[in-house]
Amino acid sequence: MKKYKVHIGMGLALIGVGALAFLQPYIDPYYLQVALYLGINLILALGLHFLCGYTGQFSLGHAGFMSIGAYSAAFLSLHFFCAWPDPIRFMLSLLFSGFVSGCFGWLLGLPSLRLKGDYLAVTTLGFGEIIRVVIQNLDVLGGARGLGSIPKWTGIFPVFGLLILGIGLLHFLISSTYGKGFLAVRDDEVAAQAIGIHVTRYKVVAFVISAVFAGIGGALYAHLVTYITPSQFGFMKSIELAAMVILGGTGNAVGVMISVTVLTVLPELLRGFAQYRMVVYALSLVVVMIFRPKMRFWERKKSLC
Amino acid sequence: MLQQLINGLSLGSIYALIALGYGLVYGVLRFINFSHGDVFMVGAFVAFFSAPLATRFLGSGWLTFAAVLFISILFCAALGAVIERVAYRPLRNRPKLTMLITSIGVSLLLEYGGQLWLGPDPRAFPTLIPNRLILNTPTLVLGQVPVIVMGFSILLMGLMYLVVQRSRLGIALRAVSQNQAAASLMGVSINRMVMQTFAIGAGLAGAGGVFYALLYPSINPLMGIFPGLKAFVAVVFGGIGSIPGALIGGMVIGILETFVTAYLSPTYRDAIAFVILIAVLLFRPAGLFGQSDREKV
Repeated sequence: MKKYKVHIGMGLALIGVGALAFLQPYIDPYYLQVALYLGINLILALGLHFLCGYTGQFSLGHAGFMSIGAYSAAFLSLHFFCAWPDPIRFMLSLLFSGFVSGCFGWLLGLPSLRLKGDYLAVTTLGFGEIIRVVIQNLDVLGGARGLGSIPKWTGIFPVFGLLILGIGLLHFLISSTYGKGFLAVRDDEVAAQAIGIHVTRYKVVAFVISAVFAGIGGALYAHLVTYITPSQFGFMKSIELAAMVILGGTGNAVGVMISVTVLTVLPELLRGFAQYRMVVYALSLVVVMIFRPKMRFWERKKSLC
Repeated sequence: MLQQLINGLSLGSIYALIALGYGLVYGVLRFINFSHGDVFMVGAFVAFFSAPLATRFLGSGWLTFAAVLFISILFCAALGAVIERVAYRPLRNRPKLTMLITSIGVSLLLEYGGQLWLGPDPRAFPTLIPNRLILNTPTLVLGQVPVIVMGFSILLMGLMYLVVQRSRLGIALRAVSQNQAAASLMGVSINRMVMQTFAIGAGLAGAGGVFYALLYPSINPLMGIFPGLKAFVAVVFGGIGSIPGALIGGMVIGILETFVTAYLSPTYRDAIAFVILIAVLLFRPAGLFGQSDREKV
């Protein structure tokens, strides 16, 4: 029984989310929106955290993957399979977005074979910017004007259902024999190589998995806001994601979830003081970083981040 | 063509100036200091506010320009030292990415603090030096401002090169960036060196801000984001820790950007720096002039 604890937990959580989905029409639209943002941010942050906390790589370009996912899903939803029922179209869009951004993750993963630390960070940053500028110049995708009237399909069930699936997937991956390889690559590349772990392949796979999460997060986001422009996925978005992951403590999924919740809800709470909002956000980022507890809980494992 | 080359060189010399400060700071602390670009913005604004004052006492002319530049550099140097002391020193021994995020926080604080205080609208930077035409031929129109900007930037960089290579300060600085523990054993005060490096880097960024505002006389609190990023690209491109590398990296990016804007499309401007960066890093992971350190087991 103990062996299946996680399976049962996941099943129960899924049932809970399904039940909650029936209540969706009765939830205040504003709270619903914030909750959905939170779920999407959690998916994005967990993907980045897999790359950063478990594999020891780093990315400042995740908004790029997010925009690839958002645009590919929106494109599919707007132009293809129009006669099919909506839930199936949504599923196809999500799958497609994951596939496309996974391909791009593979592409970006290749240079990561040679780069480390800050060089890798700035390369991924550059990748995000390049994607943004390219989309801005693609008329098929609306250019700088963006893509509008995307069907609003994102709800509680898709977001939190995928979140639970994602958490479960990462959990099983990390606890599998294959998954231990990621941790080995993070802890000591040379030693990992010495015991026969294909370091390069692990790094690329980590990039792909992380990109798929970001892409699906982006697709959910696109079908939530129904209107996307390239500037929504700028450098700031990548930074925000990285801040969430690092603040939470890398190698520590629970910490990341807490920090995502705080960093998503905090700006909403500050909405009343619109003009001070970003200043308070920035200040709290600095203060929390400096005074963040030095408990082992936060930096439990040695990692690049 | 020549026209664009000169525009590119003057823009590139500013990138190089910021890149130099970036590189120095990176050398001693090994982290990407995102707030560098915002110190650059502060430099432009200090000049904006001190210009009327200086004009009142010194009239308009070279003396005013020199005074404004000096005030900006001093102010930014002080700001850099304060940022280092308050935000980065407590994190010195933490993982580098913690510092990275803190620097992003500082950067956002400067940007949005500036926006709150000064308003988000762009302001017209006063003409400190009139853009008198030096050359006016059908193919080439050359004002004096780009030439002055380029000249001063290269002068400052040459000065920095001498400081870093020849002075006691420079020797200590290089020692700290090579090996902190060993430098500390040799009697170099790490804290003081790091603070001074920050002050120097921030001062250079402040000067860069003034020059940038002279070239593009519209300033706003968010103006520092992209020059800051591109300066970092220039550092990586040239190879971290190399002053000639920063110079050449900055110039190459400035020229390419101007060419792309002129001949291809202005919308691709912000991407070109990163395209070259990735291309260079694919073939030379340590940048053009950088030395890759071999990993010891």
